[in-house]
Amino acid sequence: MERYRGNPQAIADLVKGYAVHRDTYVDPEIFDLEMEHMFPNCWVYIGHDSQIKNPGDFITSKIGNQPILAVRHRDGLVYVMHNRCPHKGVKIASEPCGNTGKFFRCPYHAWSFKTDGSLLAIPLNKGYEGTGFDADKAAEGLPRIENVRIYRGLIFVRLAEEAMSFEDYFCDSLSTVDNMADRSPEGELEVLAAPIRYMHQCNWKMLVDNQTDTCHPMVAHESSAGTAVNVWERAKKANPDMETPMAVQLYAPFMAPYEFYEGAGIRVWPNGHGHSGVSGSIHQDYDDIDGYLGKMEAAYGTERAHRILGDVRHNTNYFPNIMVKGPVGILRHFIPLAVDKTLVESWVFKLKGAPDKLYERALMYNRFINAPTSIVGHDDLEMYERAQEGLLSNGNEWINLRRLWEEDEAEDTTEVVNGTSERQMRNQMYAWRKFMVQNMESSLEAAE
Amino acid sequence: MTRDDLIDFVYDEAGLLDDMLWEDWKALFAEDGRYWIPLEWQQEDPILQPSLMYEDLLLLTVRIERLAGERTFSQRPKSRCHHLLQRPRILSMGEEDGVYKLRTAFIYTETRGDLLERYSGWVGHHLVDEDGALKIKQKRIDLINFDAPFSNIQLFI
Ligand SMILES: [Fe+2]
Repeated sequence: MERYRGNPQAIADLVKGYAVHRDTYVDPEIFDLEMEHMFPNCWVYIGHDSQIKNPGDFITSKIGNQPILAVRHRDGLVYVMHNRCPHKGVKIASEPCGNTGKFFRCPYHAWSFKTDGSLLAIPLNKGYEGTGFDADKAAEGLPRIENVRIYRGLIFVRLAEEAMSFEDYFCDSLSTVDNMADRSPEGELEVLAAPIRYMHQCNWKMLVDNQTDTCHPMVAHESSAGTAVNVWERAKKANPDMETPMAVQLYAPFMAPYEFYEGAGIRVWPNGHGHSGVSGSIHQDYDDIDGYLGKMEAAYGTERAHRILGDVRHNTNYFPNIMVKGPVGILRHFIPLAVDKTLVESWVFKLKGAPDKLYERALMYNRFINAPTSIVGHDDLEMYERAQEGLLSNGNEWINLRRLWEEDEAEDTTEVVNGTSERQMRNQMYAWRKFMVQNMESSLEAAE
Repeated sequence: MTRDDLIDFVYDEAGLLDDMLWEDWKALFAEDGRYWIPLEWQQEDPILQPSLMYEDLLLLTVRIERLAGERTFSQRPKSRCHHLLQRPRILSMGEEDGVYKLRTAFIYTETRGDLLERYSGWVGHHLVDEDGALKIKQKRIDLINFDAPFSNIQLFI
């Protein structure tokens, strides 16, 4: 039985702000509609342009459930297309990244395509003479996606031909991306290695929700971060001269009390973007790294260098499915595979021109927090998977998001609120509702 | 040390993990010992290349204490593990540097509740003789599918 297809009102009713209906997390029909409607309406991250520096370099990615191919053409531009041969639908590129040379060649029947996607040649071409092939969609080559924007190297793509512009979609929210890139003395980020990949048996929005959930670390991570603090305190007692290792500096702030997170604030932006850690964050007290500040001051001047490094935003969510951790240089990509299955790919950026020690720290953070072998990850995944199962209970069909909710809460606004507010989780779901039903035909109306 | 001493060490080490005798297992590590799971094929650098794990005794202690923690909810129910080892190959008797090197093919199974996951690869041991006892300088686990997305791996391969 289809309850939501062609029924935008029923979808909109799932989001009340202070509560969200569990079908947004557990209903396969809702998941299908997210793939068909919501993801295409959004500007979705697919990769970083440092992954495709040279002509012929390509990456594959996904927007919702759509296989995507991005490639550097010989004109220096990045072209994005659907990753399927116009002939029989075979995926043109099967690896996460590589270099295809001057053209792509489909391995099935040797149709070939220039790296801007246009059709180059078909063997035994005369077989198509007089068949009307020239007017066929297949003659255009790999289906090109026109709406592509690269911001500080981050490649965003919108599948829908008619939807919100890039500028309107992100407004001022890209300041976190700016801050992350500005942390490189050369103002550039670089991907040097594959991401850490981690499979989650839960809905992708569980992860999005968690990123600005500041009331869970001291509870869910008591087992990992709390134990790290205890073990370190014991070691320190035995040997008081020991300096706090990088590892402990990364773990310990997770145990910060509620008051710390309250004061640190949360900022929401229109269209579901937002971040925790406005005036401070768990990333604020890491050791200075030798030689870094000097390089930053030389590049930006003293005042600006300090302003860049003083902005220690915690987690910035870009709706729908990435989180950027500016001060560490990490981007997490929550890739939906099924209503209850999500692949998380966590990327580390090298800050060009910065000391290696920063990259070392970011890699360490990534394996401590975002890996299938990460004890912090174990804590979180346990919660997501229990929630995915618990939500099937008919005892209560609603997820409660009422913490610091107010009547007539503004949607699509920029505002800084108490850092323990569930405001950003609500903000994301307001955007979810908006982009789910945008351009959605109502079959009920059509029937009238 | 004889060749048999080295080979027995590798089997006994896995036996301690299977018996979940974490503290005894940890005691096999040298003071500066490392447990490493690389994330690249034939990876050379654990610091400036990404790894799944690269942990010293302090971090291994955190892991082991966490497993027994009262509020470690991801261990309710508890995980169990099983190491199936091929006969270890001795790559070096440490003639040059005093480091014995072994490489052992394995199938590792970790189970929790109704779930069971299997992993295959090779474990590399770097061992040193400390006052007549073998100690782990480095235990390295190379998974055949290091680049695949796993769910939780909570115990020790
Ligand atoms: Fe968490």
